[in-house]
Amino acid sequence: MTDIAVSTIPGAASEAVRRSVVSMRDVSKVFSNGTLALKGMTLDVQAGEFISLLGPSGCGKSTALRIIAGLGAPSSGSIDWPSSKINSKGLPEGDVGFVFQDPTLMPWATVFDNVYLPLKLRGVTRAAAREAVMDNLAAVGLADFARSFPRELSGGMRMRVSIARAMVTRPKLLLMDEPFAALDEITRQKLNDDVLRLWQQHGVTVIFVTHSVYESAYLSSRIVVMRARPGQVFADMKISQPAGRDNAYRVSEGYRQTCQDVSDALQRAIGAGETH
Amino acid sequence: MSQTMTTDSEAGTDSAAGVVLPRTPNREKIMQVVIPISALLLAILGWHLLVTINQIPRYILPGPVDVAVALFTDSSTLWPAMLVTIRITLMALALALIGGVGLAILLVQSRLLELALFPFAVVLQVTPIIAIAPLLLIYAPDTQTALLICAFLVAFFPILSNMAQGLKSVDHNLLNLFELYGASGWQTLLFLKIPAAMPYFMAGLRIGGGLALIAAVVAEFAAGSAGQGAGLAFRLIESQYRMNLPRMFVCLIMLCGIGISIFGLTSLISWLTLHRWHESAIRREN
Repeated sequence: MTDIAVSTIPGAASEAVRRSVVSMRDVSKVFSNGTLALKGMTLDVQAGEFISLLGPSGCGKSTALRIIAGLGAPSSGSIDWPSSKINSKGLPEGDVGFVFQDPTLMPWATVFDNVYLPLKLRGVTRAAAREAVMDNLAAVGLADFARSFPRELSGGMRMRVSIARAMVTRPKLLLMDEPFAALDEITRQKLNDDVLRLWQQHGVTVIFVTHSVYESAYLSSRIVVMRARPGQVFADMKISQPAGRDNAYRVSEGYRQTCQDVSDALQRAIGAGETH
Repeated sequence: MSQTMTTDSEAGTDSAAGVVLPRTPNREKIMQVVIPISALLLAILGWHLLVTINQIPRYILPGPVDVAVALFTDSSTLWPAMLVTIRITLMALALALIGGVGLAILLVQSRLLELALFPFAVVLQVTPIIAIAPLLLIYAPDTQTALLICAFLVAFFPILSNMAQGLKSVDHNLLNLFELYGASGWQTLLFLKIPAAMPYFMAGLRIGGGLALIAAVVAEFAAGSAGQGAGLAFRLIESQYRMNLPRMFVCLIMLCGIGISIFGLTSLISWLTLHRWHESAIRREN
């Protein structure tokens, strides 16, 4: 394992006292077909971090994210939530938002009802939820589309609805599983900026699974590079960047250097996966 | 907080494109009504000419005028018969809906029950239900009940199998989402599985509605009811014995009318439920 600490972490919560949101200790996952998807992963996620899990296919990054979310238990190891209230299933209910690779919206429900869903499942009435739902729709620029149905929206807009839904419970931790992989480059950059703004404004901690070096370098305060066969952590890199990231940053020397470092680490991770 | 993210700023990106639903032009709408009706009227005119020019006797092929006259003169016998057939069909369909949907929900909630009921479902589904009508006549307290059971059994299976299929066809990521937010089994059923099953249920409803009428008619052929409780199928056979062909045609037209009404009604329900979201109820956009 390589540790590349570049510099201090910027970001919304950099002044706040560091505390752990979730920590994985020696987590392994063996699928029912015998595949070792994840081996001995240890990851301590600090409040306010924007962590990217970066790696080739089969490196267990999505598996790790799902285990954190409570979708499928780890085969061994433990997940701790030091600052959350735990429910009967051992999950910090309401503290976690999840954005899937597909928007995963209910096609029969309006945009409003899709965003309302997490609150509805908790027994919040429509009237009581209205303000929170509309605020979150406004935050992703979709306030005018509350009554539309998902099929009437473009791919980028659907993904925004999905993000608004994940944010409606005011989660401490936002988990994103390759959310923009299916979008065109222009929409993707726009949504990257949207996610960055949500991160800075709400102080939410983000774990972002991606296989794009450029996306991870643009977004993250910390990049965890993973390798495949077996899936495990290969490098853990703190990223030094200006807090305000914009189009100017995309062409800056700092960004280029970060991409270079991350890309090198990823190449070595891929190489490590192939020698086995 | 949305200053940087209004939809104005989306110009040129994929996000800027709201989808405009296509509309049917008026001329197209008029054509859709006028052409089928004209074709139908022409066919009736052709029928009339065929009968009058060839001077075909009424007891071999009655003309449209004879049938129209019979519709009025025989109405005192035929309308009650039609009501009997409609009642049996609708009651059978209602029972099939309750039974089919209810059992489908039980089946997907319990794997054990699904396995246990599987052989019965197969036996009942592959047996031509009409063939058990004579047996039902022995056990049922009266003919009407036997007809009802027959029509029910026939309409029941498409509704059950479609609904069960639909309840199982839920997007796995949506199931994950519900699990993530700690949804109870009931919440998942009510807010996710049942809505997701609606397109399948509607297909089952349309098939079941048509089959209920067919079964009500065929079962009455087999059972041969009479008197007050006689339905259209019995009147049809009776008219055949008496060589009353105009009346037979009236019976057929009435059955056709019931069939069209059921199809129209179930299609309308289906459209009302699905037209905002499901591909089957939406026009293609090119």
